[in-house]
Amino acid sequence: MTTETRHEKSIGHRTTIKWLLVMAVGMFGFGFALVPLYNLLCSVTGWNSIATNTVQASADEISQEIDLTRTVTVTFDGTINGGLPWEFKPLVRKIVVTPGISYEANFYVKNYSDREIVGQAIPGITPWQGTEHFHKTECFCFTQQTLAAGESQIMPLRFTIGADLPKDIKVLTLSYTFMDTDRSVLRAGPG
Amino acid sequence: MSDAITHEAHHHGPPTGAKRWLYSTNHKDIGTMYLIFALIMLFIGGAMAMVIRAELWMPGLQLVQPDFFNNLVTNHALIMVFAVVMPAGVGLANWMIPLMIGAPDMAMPRMNNMSFWLLPPAACMLILSMIVPFFGGGQTVNTGWTLYPPLSIQSGMGMDLLIFTIHILGVSSIMGSINIITTIINMRAPGMTMMKLPMFVWSWFYTALLLIVVMPIFAGGVTMLLFDRHFGTSFFDAAGGGDPVLFQHIFWFFGHPEVYVLLLPSIGVLGMVIPTFARKPLFGYKSLVYGMAALYGLGLIVWAHHQYTIGMSIETTTYFMIGTILISIPVGLMIFNFIFTLWRGSITFETPMLFALGIIVMFSFAGTTGVMLAVVPADLQYHDTYFVVAHFHYALIPGSLFGLYAAVFFWLPKWTGHMYNERLGKIFFWWTTIGFNLTFFPQHFSGLAGMPRRIVDYNMIFTEFNVMSSVGAFIFGLSHLLFLYIIIKTIKGGEKATDEVWEGSSIGCAGLEWTVPSPPPFHTFETAPQVK
Ligand code: HEM
Ligand SMILES: [Cu+2]
Repeated sequence: MTTETRHEKSIGHRTTIKWLLVMAVGMFGFGFALVPLYNLLCSVTGWNSIATNTVQASADEISQEIDLTRTVTVTFDGTINGGLPWEFKPLVRKIVVTPGISYEANFYVKNYSDREIVGQAIPGITPWQGTEHFHKTECFCFTQQTLAAGESQIMPLRFTIGADLPKDIKVLTLSYTFMDTDRSVLRAGPG
Repeated sequence: MSDAITHEAHHHGPPTGAKRWLYSTNHKDIGTMYLIFALIMLFIGGAMAMVIRAELWMPGLQLVQPDFFNNLVTNHALIMVFAVVMPAGVGLANWMIPLMIGAPDMAMPRMNNMSFWLLPPAACMLILSMIVPFFGGGQTVNTGWTLYPPLSIQSGMGMDLLIFTIHILGVSSIMGSINIITTIINMRAPGMTMMKLPMFVWSWFYTALLLIVVMPIFAGGVTMLLFDRHFGTSFFDAAGGGDPVLFQHIFWFFGHPEVYVLLLPSIGVLGMVIPTFARKPLFGYKSLVYGMAALYGLGLIVWAHHQYTIGMSIETTTYFMIGTILISIPVGLMIFNFIFTLWRGSITFETPMLFALGIIVMFSFAGTTGVMLAVVPADLQYHDTYFVVAHFHYALIPGSLFGLYAAVFFWLPKWTGHMYNERLGKIFFWWTTIGFNLTFFPQHFSGLAGMPRRIVDYNMIFTEFNVMSSVGAFIFGLSHLLFLYIIIKTIKGGEKATDEVWEGSSIGCAGLEWTVPSPPPFHTFETAPQVK
């Protein structure tokens, strides 16, 4: 091959390399763009979650029907996320309920640190098929909770299990995880 | 970029001493270095696997601490994927692509040198990541190769080393890929049209294109992890408004295509080996080329089949299930292409062909378990059990590793000028195949019975299956000493290889490597050959 044609080739190289580099750098950027895209897509479509239970049920949404033919066992669970220096637990581990009737359960929370911390509880229901039948009319998870240093609180939850809950679900577990809303404080802490 | 023109060492032999390797811009030398590097790492990663299997020999804790066990699992996988299969594939590409398409070298020889020399420091960091926890480096990296947060945010310094390892390896493989594609597009000999390219070259064309698309995403993902660990961001921390599941999406958006990165070069090797020893052109050349394109496209949009258990909406899960099942169409097509090539061929069973036939059988098995795992209700049971471990080892060991072995036996005579010992080659094939199957076949059963993966201890009821696996693993591991012996012996001497090496080597869309002497001179195709 003559130098002439080799030279032409190296110009060809440059174009190819340029395009490939653009692709690689573009994909690196796309990786970061995925973060807002993901959040947007998920909040618009709800594709990321099979069921959520974070909103307050309005009274007219819950059917008034009461199903006296069966009972459902509801168990509670409380977890702390990461290094949040709180204690958090349900005061009753489980109650047996009749679908259609409203019940109350209380949770205990205490801030062991020497500063004020704002926490947020995130609920989850197992099995997920029960999620849409678990109506919370009052819950500490609807808002953030502020606890002063050393403060403790009893937090109420009021809920109704819909009478339309599938018959094969006999036990429902409601689990909360408490998170520290101010992560920079968490970072400086024990972590 | 102008290296191709100014490259000065024409007509001389190779420079001598360490400089030959350190400064090498010669595709054959760089290819050799890649292959040797991969072989060394194969033994390191393999040694880790031996410790894992020794620990799992019996229930209870015998040899290692749980955290260290999980660290072994993590680094074994990362080494095998990033430091063995990928470098070995790139090594083959370096050696063979220029020879096959009649190019004097890779498009950018100096960048090629750099791509390689990034690997040893990366490998050192990878190994260091296991050592630092013993010297106060914090929690071991016990996450598994998927590096999921929040655990990976809590790991110690080892995790940072791993993140940098991934950055370096990413840069290396992206540079390598750019080089490969540029070579394929611009440096083919006159007459070597795209549709005459040897299948191995096509397979690397897709592999490199895939790497350029997904590797940066992974690099971005681990960079975010690094930020979360040290700079107070909350990309993946739920407490700060992030979402740990997002990392899983990023990981698998890379991770699923990555399994094709590992697979495709070996499929390309099969596309060379099978026609040679069946003495028939490849059946359905075009369909294989387009099939790989289909695999490429589909492979990019099915990642969440690794995440069925995260609680996606039913619609999303269904979509990923259907997409994943569709993938078995191009995969099946490749298998059928190979089977039809064999049909009525005059087949001989040299070692590369034995591996190729073994791959067809064993890899089909992985495809079958893959379709089982693709089905959501079934996967909810199988996920994170040894069934998955069995699936992907059947996919990766025959699908990738044995393909590389086939390539080594296929081209070793070309590289060294000597025939390897056929009898030893055959013994190696049977030894390693029996060892492999004995190791991983029982894991289907322990997995179906519910044995979870990545756990140091297990329920007594799984003992028998695990003993079988461990015995198999030692057999499998030991067989590689024979592999090493065969390679060294062949390099040192042996029956002279002809230029064609194999009787059927120039059948169909063969590469031009069979037109140059064995071993090829240091510089080949300085004048471009004319392809009819
Ligand atoms: C017909 C083709 C295939 C299908 C349908 C398929 C399907 C799947 C599914 C659904 C999983 C997730 C299982 C779980 O975690 O619960 C999986 C895991 C995996 N597959 Fe495949 N697969 C196929 C082929 C392959 C190939 C060709 C490779 C590699 C060469 C491969 C490598 C892997 C790996 C490495 C994992 C496990 C990753 C991990 O969790 O660490 N698969 N496969
Ligand atoms: Cu996958």
